[in-house]
Amino acid sequence: MDRFVFLFSAGLARGAVLALFALSLVIVWRAARVVNFAQAAMAAAAVYAAFAVTAATGSYWAGLLTGLASGALLGAAVERGLMRRLPAHAPLPGIIVAIGLVMVLQAGLAIAFGPEHRPMHPPFSERPFIIGGVPVLSPYDLFTLVAAAAVMGGLALLFGRTSLGLQLRAAAFAPETSRLLGVRVPRMVTLGWALAVATAALAALLLVPTELGLNPHAADLLFVNAFAVAVIGGLDSPAGALLAGIGVGLLVSLVTGYASAAAAPLAVLALLTLVLLVRPGGVFSAKEARTA
Amino acid sequence: MSALVFHDLTVGYGGGAPVIDGLGLEVAEGSVVALLGANGAGKTTLLRALAGLEPARSGRVLLGGRDLTRMSTEDRVRSGLSLVPEGRSVVVELTVDENLRLGGLWRHRARARKAAVEEMYALFPPLDRRRHAAGHTLSGGERQMLALARALLARPEVLLLDEPSLGLAPQATAQLLGVLRATAARTGLTVLLAEQNVTGALSVARRGVVLALGAVVADRPAADLAADPALRHAYLGF
Repeated sequence: MDRFVFLFSAGLARGAVLALFALSLVIVWRAARVVNFAQAAMAAAAVYAAFAVTAATGSYWAGLLTGLASGALLGAAVERGLMRRLPAHAPLPGIIVAIGLVMVLQAGLAIAFGPEHRPMHPPFSERPFIIGGVPVLSPYDLFTLVAAAAVMGGLALLFGRTSLGLQLRAAAFAPETSRLLGVRVPRMVTLGWALAVATAALAALLLVPTELGLNPHAADLLFVNAFAVAVIGGLDSPAGALLAGIGVGLLVSLVTGYASAAAAPLAVLALLTLVLLVRPGGVFSAKEARTA
Repeated sequence: MSALVFHDLTVGYGGGAPVIDGLGLEVAEGSVVALLGANGAGKTTLLRALAGLEPARSGRVLLGGRDLTRMSTEDRVRSGLSLVPEGRSVVVELTVDENLRLGGLWRHRARARKAAVEEMYALFPPLDRRRHAAGHTLSGGERQMLALARALLARPEVLLLDEPSLGLAPQATAQLLGVLRATAARTGLTVLLAEQNVTGALSVARRGVVLALGAVVADRPAADLAADPALRHAYLGF
C-alpha cells in the first residue's frame, strides 16, 4: 500500500507534465491542423535560453520567464517564417518541415552548447514529504502540479472566457467564416503557435530537473509519450489531453514500480493501440470531428 | 452616390476559363438589388470575389469610394462589406451567443456589443430562445437567421447575401426576407441579394440584375423583371 501511494503521487506529477506537453500539441493542432513534430526540439531550445539566464542571474524564476517568452517567440517565428509558407490542405509538407526543423535545432544546440547533459537544479527540494511513514510528493512535485494546474486553468480561461479566446477558437474551427466576421485569422494562428510552444517549454522546464539534465534531446521522450497522450485523449480535445496525461502518467509510474522501467513504454504503446482500435478519434473526441 | 461599385471584374478557378469575365455593376446607397441567375451563372463566385475570398484576375472593387481591391477579406469586412455565404456558415462548435459576439468583436466595445447582441435577439426571437445552444443543434432556418443576425450586428454598409433561402421552408424564407426588408428600410443598409428563389428576391428588391454565364444579361426594376415572362423563361427557368 505504501508503495502504491508513493508510485501514485509520483505518477501524478509525471502526468501533469505529460498533460501540459500534450496540451501544447493540441493547441497547435487546433490552431493550424498540423502535428508539430518539432515541439520537443523547440521546447529544448527554450529551456537552453532559460538555463543561460538562470546561470547568468542565479534566479530560477528569471530563467522560467525567459523560457516561456523564448518558447512563445520561437513558436511565432516558426509559424511566420516556415509553416505559413507551406501549401495549405496537405499534411505532409508540415510534417517534413517540422522534422527538418528538429534536425537543425538539435544539431544547432549541440554545436552551440555541446551534446553533454547539463544538470539543472530544481527551485525546490526533490526529497519527498513523509506522511505517516509513507514517502509522498516532493515539494518540487507539488510545484510541478501547481504550475501545470495554473497554466491549464489560465489557458481554459483564455480560450473559454475572453474575446481573444473566442477568436482563437473560431479561427481554429472555421477559418473562412471567421475571416468573414473580421477575425484576423493569420494572427490567431501565429498566436496559437506562440501559446503552444510556450506551454511545451514550460513542460520541458518542469521535466528537465527531474531527469539527467539538459541536452538537445532532453524533451524527445516527453514528446513521444505526450503525442501518445494527445492521440489517446483526442487531438482536438484539451480536456482529453489533461485526463489522458494524468492517466498515462499514473500508468507509467505504476508499471515502472510494479513491473520494470522497460515495460512502461510498452504499456503506453499498448494503451495507444487499444484506443486507436476502439475509438480512433481518441477517448474524448467530439462526435463530429472536423477534418480540415 | 453608389455604395458598392466594381468594374472589369474577372474571376476564375485554376487555369480554366473565367467564371466571371469583365463584370461591372454599381449598387446605389440604400438600395436592395437582387442578383438572379440559374445554377452556374456566377452569382456565388461574384459575391466571394467581392468579399476577397476568391482572387480576382483583374478589376477593381470600391466601397463608398474606397478601393478594396488589394484588401484581405477581414479588412474588407472591417471596411463595411459583409458577406453571408451560401449554406450554413454558423460556427457549429460555438453557441448562438458566441457566434453573435464573434460577429461584433471588431465593431463594438464590450458594452455596446452586449446591446447590439440584445438588439439582434429582439429582431430574431427564435435565436433568443436558443442563446446557449451549440451551433450544431440549430435547424436550417435558425442557422440562416443566426448568420444574418451575425452579419447585421457589425452594422455593415453593404451586405452581400448568398442564397439565404437555400434549403429553407417557405415560411422561414418569408420571415427571413421580411426582416431583411424591414432592416434595409430602417437603417438604409445596401443589400446585394443572390437568389434562385426569384419571386422572394424580387419581392424584397427594387432592382434586379440577371447573370448568365458570368455576364449581365438584364438590369431592370424588380417589378419589370417579375412581369417579363420571356426573360423568366430564358434565364430563370420558370
